[in-house]
Amino acid sequence: MADTITLEVARYNPESDAEPRFQSYQVPFRKDWVVLDALNYIKDKLDGSLTFRWSCRMGICGSCGMTVNGEPKLTCATFLSGCLPGPVRVEPLQNFPVVRDLVIEMSDFLVKLSQVRPWIMREREKPVWEGEYRQTPEALDAYKQYSMCINCLLCYAACPVYALDPSFAGPAAIALAQRYNLDSRDQGSEERMDILSQHDGIWACTFVGECSVVCPKNVDPAGAIQRYKVAATTEWFKSFLAPWGSR
Amino acid sequence: MRGSPAYTPYHPRWHRRKVSTYWWLERWAYLRFVLRELSSVFVAWLVVLTLLQLRALGRGPEAWADFQVWLKSPLLVALNVVSFLFVVFHAVTWVNLTPRALAVRVGGRRIPDWLIAGFNYAAWAAASAFVTWVVVGG
Repeated sequence: MADTITLEVARYNPESDAEPRFQSYQVPFRKDWVVLDALNYIKDKLDGSLTFRWSCRMGICGSCGMTVNGEPKLTCATFLSGCLPGPVRVEPLQNFPVVRDLVIEMSDFLVKLSQVRPWIMREREKPVWEGEYRQTPEALDAYKQYSMCINCLLCYAACPVYALDPSFAGPAAIALAQRYNLDSRDQGSEERMDILSQHDGIWACTFVGECSVVCPKNVDPAGAIQRYKVAATTEWFKSFLAPWGSR
Repeated sequence: MRGSPAYTPYHPRWHRRKVSTYWWLERWAYLRFVLRELSSVFVAWLVVLTLLQLRALGRGPEAWADFQVWLKSPLLVALNVVSFLFVVFHAVTWVNLTPRALAVRVGGRRIPDWLIAGFNYAAWAAASAFVTWVVVGG
């Protein structure tokens, strides 16, 4: 087995580069190393100027998402042994502006995320002495899958709709809206529906489905969006057929 | 920042990658998606063909015979074979995607995806069998 592997890492310095370029590094090959370990080896031993985001190195924080050999991946979960014989091409996530090297600008997502109100909304807050909002395991099960999202943005990097039309709310934001819609303690689904039933919301999605393929937490944002469409259509028919109803 | 055009206010210059016109060739999944979208053109063609067929039927036996001859021309046979393949592709992908849009719960438990897709395939088979019976045996 080879004792080194080559990493071709995208470099971009906004002060001197007009375009990103690739720089090759030889790193030790260890079978328990992931791409993030190799990047940290480069940072520590070979080139301290290499810039990338990471934090937990265990698939929880969602900060080390990058394009590895053309695929959006969490670099903490992508083993070098799966990239043999190399070279391993590491680029920043696609569909986002690149700030430097492997670091992307993600404000667009953060703005969209806050727009869908990803928190439990109540028509009236219970006073503390009335106790907690209780939930059965079945009610938890209804939304748990969507609550696993770690905002790593791999789904945005895989989404051609977002690439072509950046005003699209995007997979993770919609999946997280759905996470709260399906929560038995939440009462804000109508407000979220008003935001997400617009063109830039659920209807911009053409169901390419790659967001769910690349999701490292099996959130299935594509499924969430389609279910949202079904719910929006049902609501529309209800309001059309029974306009005197509650909604 | 020194008035350099390389900088936008508050931020250093970002690099924005342009989306290629041929983005749909970058991944097999994207190409499959575009082919699926394209399949709707062939679905529309088969609808038009059915309308033409009805028109020929309404115009009497002579028009119907002409229509039959036209249907057998090699160009039309080729077009219809391609259309048929696209429609099958459209239907199969549609059925396979339905469980993603339908989260049906019975007694607190979610019906498994294969059962929802299986129900759709069964309905498709039943409809095909009925049409076959009408055309061939009925």
